[in-house]
Amino acid sequence: MLKRAQALFLRSLGTVMALAIAGKASAGSTASEEPVASQFNMPQGVTEVSQAAYDIHMIMMWICTVIGIAVFGFMFYVMYAHRKSRGAVAENFHENVLVELLWTIVPAVILIVMAVPATTALLKVYDTEDADIDIKVTGYQWKWQYEYLGEGVKFMSSLRTSKDEINNLEAKGEHYLREVDNPLVIPAGKKVRFLITGNDVIHSWWVPDFGVKRDAIPGMFTSAWAKTDKVGTYVGACAELCGKDHAFMPVVVEVKEQEEYDQWLATKKQEAVEYASTIGKEWTFDELMAKGEEVYNSSCASCHAVNGEGIPGVFPALKNSAIALGPVEEHLRVVVDGVSGTAMQAFAEQLSEVEIAAVIHYERNAWGNDMGDITQPVDVLNYKQGK
Amino acid sequence: MAHGPATLADGWVKYASRWLFTTNHKDIGTLYLWFSFAMFILGGAFAMAIRAELFQPGMQLMQPEFFNQMTTMHGLVMVFGAIMPAFVGLANWLIPMMIGAPDMALPRMNNLSFWILPFAFAILVATLFMEGGGPNFGWTFYAPLSTTFAPDTVNYFIFGVHIMGASSIMGSINIIATVMNMRAPGMTYMKMPLFVWTWLITAFLLVAVMPVLAGAVTMMLMDINFGTSFFDAAGGGDPVLFQHVFWFFGHPEVYIIILPAFGVVSQIIPTFSRKPLFGYSSMVYATASIAFMSFIVWAHHMFTVGMPIAGELYFMYATMLIAVPTGVKVFNWITTMYKGALTYETPMLFSIAFVILFTFGGFTGLMLSIAAADMQYHDTYFVVAHFHYVMVAGAVFSGTAAVYYWLPKWCGKMYDETMGKVQFWIAFIGFNIAFMPQHFLGLAGMPRRYADYGLQFADWNMVSSIGAFMYGAAQILFLFNVIRTITHGKPVNDPQVWEGAEGLEWTVDTPAPYHTFEKPPEVK
Repeated sequence: MLKRAQALFLRSLGTVMALAIAGKASAGSTASEEPVASQFNMPQGVTEVSQAAYDIHMIMMWICTVIGIAVFGFMFYVMYAHRKSRGAVAENFHENVLVELLWTIVPAVILIVMAVPATTALLKVYDTEDADIDIKVTGYQWKWQYEYLGEGVKFMSSLRTSKDEINNLEAKGEHYLREVDNPLVIPAGKKVRFLITGNDVIHSWWVPDFGVKRDAIPGMFTSAWAKTDKVGTYVGACAELCGKDHAFMPVVVEVKEQEEYDQWLATKKQEAVEYASTIGKEWTFDELMAKGEEVYNSSCASCHAVNGEGIPGVFPALKNSAIALGPVEEHLRVVVDGVSGTAMQAFAEQLSEVEIAAVIHYERNAWGNDMGDITQPVDVLNYKQGK
Repeated sequence: MAHGPATLADGWVKYASRWLFTTNHKDIGTLYLWFSFAMFILGGAFAMAIRAELFQPGMQLMQPEFFNQMTTMHGLVMVFGAIMPAFVGLANWLIPMMIGAPDMALPRMNNLSFWILPFAFAILVATLFMEGGGPNFGWTFYAPLSTTFAPDTVNYFIFGVHIMGASSIMGSINIIATVMNMRAPGMTYMKMPLFVWTWLITAFLLVAVMPVLAGAVTMMLMDINFGTSFFDAAGGGDPVLFQHVFWFFGHPEVYIIILPAFGVVSQIIPTFSRKPLFGYSSMVYATASIAFMSFIVWAHHMFTVGMPIAGELYFMYATMLIAVPTGVKVFNWITTMYKGALTYETPMLFSIAFVILFTFGGFTGLMLSIAAADMQYHDTYFVVAHFHYVMVAGAVFSGTAAVYYWLPKWCGKMYDETMGKVQFWIAFIGFNIAFMPQHFLGLAGMPRRYADYGLQFADWNMVSSIGAFMYGAAQILFLFNVIRTITHGKPVNDPQVWEGAEGLEWTVDTPAPYHTFEKPPEVK
């Protein structure tokens, strides 16, 4: 009964608001093929935790609404009835111990009543024991890495929306800022535990439909869990300011049926095996340039800029830089190990040997940098093992 | 011996020296108030830039690096440059007049605590024009984004914060010394106007927590320049430590902002209700308990950092409890109005709006205290909406009310009531259009500090921007009204100014003479 009433209330609220803003629709013609409906309330989501958060949210909202109507109702009555212009003459009473005790004790009792469901809900959030699958989630500036612990599967997940869409040079797609190259995939009906950490700064991994939001903090793990039967795609976001592309590292999770998930996992494992064989291969100058440009634009360009000129005062240029035009060992060291104390992260865990070789090759031979040397994946492997 | 202040007629050198070297509490109050208004306009300009960029999805006017500098500078300038100095300005003007003192207890320090502020903000704002840009890590400047990953200008930011902190500490010591030592005979603690009480308590909060902020930024300075690892996990430090230290300062800080606002409203509502404050002593006790509680709830800003469940539960329960003394205050304001004879001049309109909107912000605050739900609200626009309801509709509305209320006493001229009311309605409506939809945005999943957003958030962002522009326009009208009052306002000679006004400041001449209460008044 209450559920129905509140759904009705929210829907009618929504209609009123939608009418109120309908007028602006013609003005707001930012090219979208299909407008996405505005929402007003927290999603109920698809897990026990998100449902618990939603329920306690609605309970609190209704309690506050009722108290608000009572308090403001009385206040508006006073404002209307005791106006001087209506001939009201001020009385001179003040202090009343009974009234003052009442309005201290009654709210305290209401709070104690609220605390009960609030505690139950929190216990549910913290119930991360006995998971079927463990996934390590690592926040990077500005992408996510997912590692299926014990499965040997690990990949980066970054925004797929193009820079041109963001800069309004191209029409915005239906999934603008809600799409990634490699979504996280989990099976339906299994309890999945997320072990969340950060690589550089603090991020926060948030999937509203799972009711999961945990900070990804360098040097420590936080944990959360999700279990759902509802197959589908769920979109989340980074919720802790993490630098300039904070808004551009969405989380996308696909929940698949168990068989589909098994298939997907098998493919991922197969890819890892196939990849190993490409490390030994001799790559040509042009192959490396093509691969390198692709890697550079997805992993390096957000700081060092597409044209290699960086952002003055914040991120150094690579064009004509001492690193790109110096000995290749030093270049390898910077990319593989990072530069501690700066924003230059270690890419050893983020990029494969092939990708590192390609991107170094690209940096040494693009934008007028003209070293002419070739860096092979095997050089990267040797560097890594030589340590 | 009393002497008059230099005016422009004495030549600009003398006139400028008066303001530079003044030790007069009224002059210093005026300086604080004008400075804070200038900062309010600057911080407002940053806000307009933010809302203009968020008017539509996609990056239109700026790139994300600059957007982050705007959100950071907006927060820093508004909190440290606009709201805090505004209330220190009110304290300077009003506390000596309210307690029957001739001036503040430490007048030279008073001059110093003001005059270092413009330098602090010049340093802070100058970073926007330096290579690398201004601070871009949010006003909460979480490490390691603000240390290892910050632009080099972060050192200027740290220096600026140190100067502001020194200014605040000196200002608070002065207020404590004044209230404790300079009260007129018969002015016992429990006879002090509530504005004085709220400021006394606020001053203690400031003295307690500003050094903590100074400690936090000093640790940052060491991490950045001297190779320590307080907040760097790679060196054995802990980024979460930064948040604990910051919020141990930061949570009392929000009460530092709101308590003097409570004081202002507790002066204005009785005046225009023509009826004494309902529960004076319970208001004092409620203020003191809120101040105490502000020290023991800081980690409710950190429900998602993975605290143990016992910690989460403790901070949740403690936070919920704050609703009790806050409720006491709201009930007191309403019962003060009950069976009064109410009139609705501009200060009263702003005060009533304060009570309604602040209470609304209190409700969302209560919702935010519920840890399980906060996992969804945290770092979204729901939080942005919540704290703008308590900071803007709270502190700024009450500051505006205070200016309208005491302006006739300060300059001896009456403001234009119609213009004041027009400003009120534009501000009130604009504010709600700007911030109400941000609750929906947050619940629907839009995180805060986002330079760009998905299409599902487009409608509400546009509505919110329109409201923000309206609210911004109202401030221009405010400035115009104040200047016009000073130049063209209708003279007021009645010491009491308002029919229902009570208190020592309403017993001195209007406009208030340069020196008041050289002989202490007798308080019965």
